[in-house]
Amino acid sequence: MSRDLSYNAVMARRGEIMKKALGIEYDEFIQSEIAFDYEGMMEKAGYSLDKVRQIQQQTGVGNTPLLELKNITRLVRKTSKKGYGASILVKDEAANPSGSFKDRRASVSVYHAKKLGYPGVLAATSGNYGAAVASQANMMNLGCIIVQEVFDSRHLGQPEIIEKSRKCEAYGAEVVQLTVGPELFYSALIMLEETGYFNASLYSPFGISGVETLGYELVEQVRARYGKDPAYIVVTHAGGGNVTGTARGALKAGAVNSNIIGASVDLSGLHMASDIDFNKKSFTTGHTGFGVPFATWPDRTDVPKNAARPLRYLDRYVTVTQGEVFYVTEALAHVEGLERGPAGNTSLAAAIPLARQLPEDEIVVVQETEYTGAGKHPQAQLDFARRNGVKVIRGEPKQNVPGKVIAIPENFSQLDITEMDLERMRRSYIRNAVTRNNVTEVTQEELGFLAEDAKASPAFVASVLEGLGVKV
Amino acid sequence: MSEACKQGEWVEIHYVVLKPEERSHDVPDDTKKVPLECWIKGWALSSGTTGGQIEIRTPANRIVKGTLTRVNPGYAHTFGPGVPELSSVGRELKAMLKEGN
Ligand SMILES: Cc1ncc(COP(=O)(O)O)c(C=O)c1O
Repeated sequence: MSRDLSYNAVMARRGEIMKKALGIEYDEFIQSEIAFDYEGMMEKAGYSLDKVRQIQQQTGVGNTPLLELKNITRLVRKTSKKGYGASILVKDEAANPSGSFKDRRASVSVYHAKKLGYPGVLAATSGNYGAAVASQANMMNLGCIIVQEVFDSRHLGQPEIIEKSRKCEAYGAEVVQLTVGPELFYSALIMLEETGYFNASLYSPFGISGVETLGYELVEQVRARYGKDPAYIVVTHAGGGNVTGTARGALKAGAVNSNIIGASVDLSGLHMASDIDFNKKSFTTGHTGFGVPFATWPDRTDVPKNAARPLRYLDRYVTVTQGEVFYVTEALAHVEGLERGPAGNTSLAAAIPLARQLPEDEIVVVQETEYTGAGKHPQAQLDFARRNGVKVIRGEPKQNVPGKVIAIPENFSQLDITEMDLERMRRSYIRNAVTRNNVTEVTQEELGFLAEDAKASPAFVASVLEGLGVKV
Repeated sequence: MSEACKQGEWVEIHYVVLKPEERSHDVPDDTKKVPLECWIKGWALSSGTTGGQIEIRTPANRIVKGTLTRVNPGYAHTFGPGVPELSSVGRELKAMLKEGN
């Protein structure tokens, strides 16, 4: 009995393979082509905050320190209007077992896989999540396969991704290293079928509920120390799980007035599935290449309904340049004594200009750091960029051109943000929801769902639908 | 230069997952021109030489066949050489902290 392993045959079996590999009956929550019961799914398929805390306590995940960046805050005040410059705090997520907040996400998936009796876990990810799953799998005595997109067609790999492969192998996981392309998913499906492993998807309710503790903890810590809530919580944004989980946790802690601000590195113009563009970028996550498409169409992943729905939670979405993040990475090491990895520093780069917009007595929280090391270090990245034809200069942030020029700011006051047009993204989400589902008419209930999912008013949704020629 | 492995040694293999004509229709043109390739590490099930076909047992206990590419593969990524555009950033910020108050 041999299975047909051709691309089309395997993709045609995807629903069936995924159902077995996740154990979630999504049908239970799906209400129509467009609408589904998001909160119901999070509640019934996921775990409660208390249970997640208990799971994470067992594996040493979470309860990370919240550090006040006193010198960076001083630099912010020196470059702000008088009386302005909020205190910047950072949640040191690098203190998690595998070195990033992704341990929170992995811990719940791996716990669930163990509980259901799966022999192992598989994750398709080139990011820190691989190491997190591998580390948690070891704690739970499960097998582990990590499928990564690593190389271009010259067999050249981003040093950061090579490091992420190494870290998974250091935990003894099987690492499947692929060249660029979305067919990574096809490879993952074949291996799920072959091994009967659990799909530790980044986008299941398990993963997202695992991040809720991050938002919850940081609000508790800020309140205990400062007697107030943070004005801004700045979150490095890519696939949307970080924003979604953090915001849900902060809301569960009652921090309804804290603004959730997503931050991504601007990589506009580079195509994520392009063999040529692949090694022209100096960031492998936390960039607009993921941030924009996942926010405007979350249901593009390996699960039928994505639990990461960032538009529901974003109050603002800002971008920074590659050069600014490298500059801020240096600042964190040199004036705060914290040598940390790239992704968390994206939200730190955004937090600096954001803190300038607030009075001194307000608080801005950068909700993560990640470990750094060979390959992840700015020197490794800038050297790789140069060898791939990217120019590295000192200059104003606006001189950055993704894939062509990286401009390291000349001074601290140049650090800035570019505001993304969230209204346009909400419109784009609504368009995707109707065109991808091929609908020409929506019900009032569906309109209500779209309004919730895009965090927009029903009137706004109705006007966008009208513009698209969709009847209500 | 070819390398030889003994049975049971930690090695890396390579194989083509999808030929260019088998790739998904939605990949960009430059990607569609090249195959989807794969590298996996595991323990050799027999002796072999680089460039030849071999089977391995992976850490997840799968048996996979491919072309032997490396024996006892290691890592060559580094912290990178010094970058002049970055080297003075720390000093500049420390000087700024000393100014005024
Ligand atoms: C350290 C770190 N920060 C932030 C992110 C972004 O998270 P998300 O993809 O959930 O938006 C990632 C994930 O790729 C990450 O590894």
